[in-house]
Amino acid sequence: MNAAVKPEHLIQAVDNAHLDALEEEAIFILREVAASFERPALLFSGGKDSCVVLRLAEKAFKLRDPAHPSGYKGSLPFPLVHIDTGHNFPEVIGFRDQRVAEMQERLVVGHLEDSMARGTIRLAHPLESRNGHQTVTLLETIEEHRFDALIGGARRDEEKARAKERIFSHRDSFGQWQPKEQRPELWQLYNTRIRPGEHFRCFPISNWTELDVWLYIQREAIPLPPMYYAHERQVMRRKGLLVPLTEVTPALEGETVETVQVRFRTVGDMTCTCPVQSPAANAAEVVAETLTVTVSERGATRMDDRTSEASMEKRKKEGYF
Amino acid sequence: MQALRFLTAGSVDDGKSTLIGRLLFDSQAILADQLDVLERRAAGNPVDLSLLTDGLEAEREQGITIDVAYRYFATKTRKFIIADAPGHEQYTRNMVTAAAGSDAAVVLVDITKLDLTQQDVPLLPQTRRHSLLAQLLRVPSIVFAINKIDAVDAPGEAFAKVRRALEAFARAAGLNVAATVPVSALRGDNVTQPLAAPWWNGPSLLQVLEGLPTTQERSDAPLSLPVQYVQKDAYQSEGAGFQPRVLWGRVAHGAVKVGDEVEVQPSRQRARVAALRRAAVEVDSGSAGQSLGLILDRQLDVSRGDWILSPGSAAPQTRFPATLAWLDTEPARAGRKYWVRHGNRWVQARITAIDSVLDIHSLQPLDAHELAVNAIGRVQMEVQHELPVEPFEFNRVGGALIVVDPASHRTSGALLVDAPVAEPAAEDW
Repeated sequence: MNAAVKPEHLIQAVDNAHLDALEEEAIFILREVAASFERPALLFSGGKDSCVVLRLAEKAFKLRDPAHPSGYKGSLPFPLVHIDTGHNFPEVIGFRDQRVAEMQERLVVGHLEDSMARGTIRLAHPLESRNGHQTVTLLETIEEHRFDALIGGARRDEEKARAKERIFSHRDSFGQWQPKEQRPELWQLYNTRIRPGEHFRCFPISNWTELDVWLYIQREAIPLPPMYYAHERQVMRRKGLLVPLTEVTPALEGETVETVQVRFRTVGDMTCTCPVQSPAANAAEVVAETLTVTVSERGATRMDDRTSEASMEKRKKEGYF
Repeated sequence: MQALRFLTAGSVDDGKSTLIGRLLFDSQAILADQLDVLERRAAGNPVDLSLLTDGLEAEREQGITIDVAYRYFATKTRKFIIADAPGHEQYTRNMVTAAAGSDAAVVLVDITKLDLTQQDVPLLPQTRRHSLLAQLLRVPSIVFAINKIDAVDAPGEAFAKVRRALEAFARAAGLNVAATVPVSALRGDNVTQPLAAPWWNGPSLLQVLEGLPTTQERSDAPLSLPVQYVQKDAYQSEGAGFQPRVLWGRVAHGAVKVGDEVEVQPSRQRARVAALRRAAVEVDSGSAGQSLGLILDRQLDVSRGDWILSPGSAAPQTRFPATLAWLDTEPARAGRKYWVRHGNRWVQARITAIDSVLDIHSLQPLDAHELAVNAIGRVQMEVQHELPVEPFEFNRVGGALIVVDPASHRTSGALLVDAPVAEPAAEDW
């Protein structure tokens, strides 16, 4: 649930002391992953939450160095992983590759199209949303590289099922989440014991809200794909959402294509991610807008989460991010 | 200001989910589309705010909360993180999970479930259990919220009676009660808005929460830092004659600065701090609660799980008394071997004796041979290697362990190191 605050509440509630504590906790969790697992990896999609996690990882493992292209020297103790649906926004893929290159880190890409070629994913029709199918490719990538821990940027405020997930969340040997079997998480004494074939999902920014993320992006000047800020885009109005015109989301019969000033609040698969109308051109303006927003992040932007109230829980049980 | 982490605890149907829904709703943390879903479900009836927090399909079916959920809201002065702990008895382990990281506990008391005809109103077992768990886990502040105050006759008198019963219980149990407030979560009375009643001129629940302190670790104590992660350092090796390593860990208590002499446990080797790092930059000093990277002035054999301490301050032990909150359906038995995690070290351990189990009604220790799920007892522990344990009341990091079943890998218990027995038995529960 987003902490949308009345405008008069504004910034006092979320000053630096509070952001510092969130950063401290996240860095602790990242080092815990590096120390506790043999083959961890960090999920990096180019989305804003994973950009924040990446900056936290730089702060956990590197040294600040203004002369370095990324601003930090040293290397991360794990590779980055991206599951590419083949329907990602090209500007996000471009941003991802540029960021990885300047950091000189290793990127592992799992291609959904490889799973389709193997026959482990079969689309009902060519333009079906590939978002839900990512799970298969993700689990195949985990098996192929024998990853035993995946760091993700999920937040508990995003969705009701996520609100209940542990910071170190166990997955059985089929990659499945068992919500009723969750291990109690006491203090910071994480129980990371696993059997071969099982793995963990680790969420350093569990306790951050959308507003915290934007405040931190602003404070740390974290680079993001440009589509997170106001730009002109061709869209269609559909069921209260602005659907971007792309090769996989064409205009339906009777719809008119308009050019609107928009920004994206989340960036995922092109077939299910919608922008919102907004003039916010930088992180500070997004912060101001987030403080007065009245629709949740997923409600405003994700076509797939609307299908059923329980859709996220179902997907999580199956091994989704 | 630091965010306040608090948990909410209460019995089934005490209106806990409604209370949280009310806090979120009144602080505008509920957004239009989420409210939309609720209004559709309500189909014309008043919106059920409790549905906001019932996240899993299974609990929507059962109508009870079955796992800890975390919620976030902010007011003008503070950000809050709520750990919503289930009240159903079989899920007490989740309440323990919620309590372990919290600065405060809001214990809900459903006034309609109490026998108000009696002079000394008997409390529900869950109220006792949740309060004792919160106290056991050293949650610094306990707040009693007496709910459904709108649903009783003569609410002023009823509230006063229940408050007397809670105060008597708190005195007997030694609870640190920050406040006792009446609320109606359903109507929103005295949650965020003051209660308009002649018999109440105290604060609203939110006013109480806005003023509560956060848990602070002590910086004015000897240094105690459990080594979390050892990182090879590529940038300090020139001229040092050895490959330095950065010893990362979060300071449990005390402070450290460049030049300080420190001692490594268990090797007892000493060195001086040559450099300090924090979050990708060099620093001169650091204190409790901060994650620091220490670079020592000589090569020592240090690995994850070791402790860095002020010289001479450690008193490592292999045997110690502890309080055990048991969370596993398979009972705790004396003689069985478990894994325990202390700081960042995993060692094998054995419960050598179960001294007693706490009776939540009489608050007295009773003889016991095993601890069933949800039981709390006093035990004697033996660990395979010496650990620098400290009483939990002095050091939350050095005094806490988790117990893990070696076969199932379940987190079976929460272990809190007791002070060595010196006090008379009357000090016991």
